[in-house]
Amino acid sequence: MSKLKIILNGIIKENPTFILVLGMCPTLATTTSAMNGMGMGFATMSVLLCSNIVISLLAPLIPNKVRIPCYIVVIAAFVTLVQLLMQAYIPDLYNTLGIFIPLIVVNCIVLGRAEAFANKHGVVDSALDGIGIGLGFTIALTIIGLVRELLGNLSAFDHKLFEGDGMLLFVLAPGAFIVLGYLMVLFNKIRGTK
Amino acid sequence: MAKKSSLLNMALVLTLVCLGASAAVAVVYAVTKEPIEMANQLKINSAIKEVVPEFDNAPSDEVLNVTTPDGIEGKVYVAKKGSEIVGYAIESTTSKGFGGPFTIMVGFTPDEVVYNTSVISHSETPGLGAKITENKSAFIQQWNGKNLGDGSIKVAVKKDGGDIDAITASTITSRAYCDAMENAFRILKSISPATASEKGENVEESNFNDGWEVMEVIDL
Repeated sequence: MSKLKIILNGIIKENPTFILVLGMCPTLATTTSAMNGMGMGFATMSVLLCSNIVISLLAPLIPNKVRIPCYIVVIAAFVTLVQLLMQAYIPDLYNTLGIFIPLIVVNCIVLGRAEAFANKHGVVDSALDGIGIGLGFTIALTIIGLVRELLGNLSAFDHKLFEGDGMLLFVLAPGAFIVLGYLMVLFNKIRGTK
Repeated sequence: MAKKSSLLNMALVLTLVCLGASAAVAVVYAVTKEPIEMANQLKINSAIKEVVPEFDNAPSDEVLNVTTPDGIEGKVYVAKKGSEIVGYAIESTTSKGFGGPFTIMVGFTPDEVVYNTSVISHSETPGLGAKITENKSAFIQQWNGKNLGDGSIKVAVKKDGGDIDAITASTITSRAYCDAMENAFRILKSISPATASEKGENVEESNFNDGWEVMEVIDL
């Protein structure tokens, strides 16, 4: 696989949100605005990138039976690092995302990529896969957040575009499901799946 | 590929991975400890600046940890200009928020009138309850210039027979805000007992809790 293909694979062919449908909890919960979605996406992406690199390096040394606990420890460590760094340098975003940052540990995408990709490939490929999947996740969350913010609050990236109240439904939980569903259809239509 | 597992190498590898991970966390914790404290301090300071009249001391150095007789805890920052007290900024928390507890900073002038309020942290619904963070909104503005103790205003939303206009579709959040204001006022009372006895004990406790429905299914 060429290097570019690995990245594109994460964004389009194996888009974690629209195709693999993994990590739905943060996807539905944090996408109340485009900014929050993007923040969550980048936080996940940085964890994914670091854990993929470390796991691809450690994989040959780890005995088969304890590989999952080892991966989880590595992932949990990186999540804590991201959490501390966000708290220190971008406290506003940290406050909005709240509990969903520590919950990246249990995001199936991160462990999924460690198990399905990083432990079978080299460091460079694993890093690229982390970037690709991470970008796919970030883009998906930003789009969902943008659509929900536009319909629900008539604003985009926290800038009010129109006066008045939007359709509140889209900011609330049901709106997340509706938007995700329609975007999934749209994504697959454009991609031209069978 | 992966090595064959034996008890020894499993224990060894897991121990080493855990050691490495905890070392990394420890280092970053030490590095970020100060910036995190500074970020929190900055937030408190900017909230104080917003809620009290102009001051020239450092209120965050003169913090009083107050517990009222009925068990409400909060922090009081005293703002002074020269030696004169220009206001009290009171950090007050309510557990009655829709999405969990939230903390606000309430500024009182020395004559116990609300100067301004500001939200420090909250987890209310974006687009609904989260409107409490819009400082120019009518909901926040309506508190300013009110004395919560002289009986001129009943601290409860209109739905509960009070004088406070709730945020549309966010009654529970608005109630919680009233609760936090009430707490802040009680904390203020407990630090200035002289003024408290002078004005009489007319904090409306009874109608504040009793009139509430036990639960509402949804905050609409």
